Amino acid sequence: MRSSKVRAALVFIAIGLVLFLVSNRVDELRVYQGAEVAVYVVAISAIVLLTGYSGQISLGHGALMAVGAYAAVLSRNYWHLPIPLTFVAAVLAAALFGAILGVAAGRLTGPYLAGTTLALAVGLPSLANEFGFLGGEQGLTYDVGLPPAWLGADFTQYKWFFWIAALSALLIVWLTYNILGSRYGRSWRASRSNPTSAALAGIHVGRSKVLAFTISSGLAGLAGALLAMTISLVTPSAFPLSLSFAIVTGAVLAGVTLLTGSIVGAIVLVAIPELTGSLAAHLGGSEKVTANLPGLMTSVLLILSVLFFPNGPKLNWRKVKKSSR
Amino acid sequence: MTRFLTTILIGISSGSIYSLMALALVLVWRSTRVVNFAQAGQAILSTYIGYIVISHTNNYWFAFPVAVVFGAAAGALIDIFLIRILARRMGTGPVAAIAPVIATLGLLGIIRAAVGMIWGGDLRQFKLPVTNHGFTFGHTTIPFAPINLLIVITTLIVMAAFSLIFQRTNLGLALRASAYQPEIARLSGIRVDATRTIGWAFAGSAGAIAGILVTPTNYLSPNSLDLLLVSGFVAAVIGGLESLIGASLGGLILGVSLAFVLEYVSSSLAFPVAFVVLIIVLLVKPSGLLGRKRGRDA
Repeated sequence: MRSSKVRAALVFIAIGLVLFLVSNRVDELRVYQGAEVAVYVVAISAIVLLTGYSGQISLGHGALMAVGAYAAVLSRNYWHLPIPLTFVAAVLAAALFGAILGVAAGRLTGPYLAGTTLALAVGLPSLANEFGFLGGEQGLTYDVGLPPAWLGADFTQYKWFFWIAALSALLIVWLTYNILGSRYGRSWRASRSNPTSAALAGIHVGRSKVLAFTISSGLAGLAGALLAMTISLVTPSAFPLSLSFAIVTGAVLAGVTLLTGSIVGAIVLVAIPELTGSLAAHLGGSEKVTANLPGLMTSVLLILSVLFFPNGPKLNWRKVKKSSR
Repeated sequence: MTRFLTTILIGISSGSIYSLMALALVLVWRSTRVVNFAQAGQAILSTYIGYIVISHTNNYWFAFPVAVVFGAAAGALIDIFLIRILARRMGTGPVAAIAPVIATLGLLGIIRAAVGMIWGGDLRQFKLPVTNHGFTFGHTTIPFAPINLLIVITTLIVMAAFSLIFQRTNLGLALRASAYQPEIARLSGIRVDATRTIGWAFAGSAGAIAGILVTPTNYLSPNSLDLLLVSGFVAAVIGGLESLIGASLGGLILGVSLAFVLEYVSSSLAFPVAFVVLIIVLLVKPSGLLGRKRGRDA
């Protein structure tokens, strides 16, 4: 047990080293996309924890990301917190919001939860337009500052973003991996698969659901702050409904019960606009087509994966292997 | 006093739209146990079809039935080509319970993208079928206009038609039976799959009516009905998600209470109030006003 944890930690450190070495060899755009992938990894991990393990669905994680992003920027602007602490503020604010929501959500299942969180995703970000201190449609700038001087003069801003985001993503995946393997992860799975027997085994099902929602919201908050960092800005339009959908898609695509799937899902999410962009350029489609092709592709992938690999391609593959034996 | 009364009237008018959307959600939920998030997409697609007809013929009254028929057809097709297949393939596993939700979500994404590809993201305006200039009594003009009256009357007609179909016809009996006890309905010779598809078609037409009624007082864009979907969901949950009367009642309650908040408190509070109402209903009376008393883990 202990040695496997050490091995996992070593693997994560190795991945981190490889990532940082690679980031020195590729151009700016790739570095920026790497940062995007890292943001998605954090957000998708939140969904994997919530949906894959605790069995709750959320269509509102985009809104929770907005909560985190605004918390980060407000704590920076009003309390002048150092940058790392603004990330902590993002996590705490989103987790608190999620806990309040989770008390209601813990009693809801399936469609009710989906509808409630959908309402959140549609309505919450636009609230920023109604309150002056949130900056309205122009939003608030969120500046994490230049990379420290000791990294050298040719160390670009985007590379700095990437380093911060990738480090956070690695930390979060490692942390989530450990939570999911712990007592809590097991009790979430038990409550999901069979609430009655979980309760009989002494698990407080409601409480464990609220806990899952809270942790997941906190992760979403961090993802929101990271997203705001990469675009140096917090606006309502940075957190549209399609963001919430994209995160769910990323989680479902790669199998919602697999944490490693979050990385695959994140890469797919970032790759799709790139692929469709070059495709549309080839076909010479109009601007309308180009703008909507990524959304179309993601949604088609979402439906196909639900129809054909509802539990993720990997899980199906395992089933095939078992049955062929 | 006038202010109070007109606020109620405005609330009834916007509540009617919510009722129609709630009706569309309830019809599908009853027959298939799916909250159809794609309803917003179906409605917006039907409304764009209506928009095309209007821009060609310049006649709202001709566009209306076209949009409604289109909405019904789209609903039926979605049931046949997506939901049936999904129901057949749905196995067990962590995702099985949420697969329908995710599938309708994907469908919503596809429709939104398709609408955006065809018509672009520009805001468009409908020609008003009747004026939106408020009624005048003596020297006071109230905000309640003929267009609002049209919305209320149309909704009443739709509701009456639906309750006639459900209460007085064999089709309505079959629809209610297959919603209530699909197995027994099948055993007594009802073609449950076909009735289910009809339920989807009805829902599609209700959504289309909501879309084409609300758009003249608003604007049309690929996501202009997103908020309506949320309001419809809240209304449906208030009514218990099972009952057609509950859905209409829920829509009116939501519409009137939002109208009062908008008029007397602040116009920026519409969404928070709707959301808080939703949370309170779910916490205090999760089965809704008219829902059957039982768990909500269906």
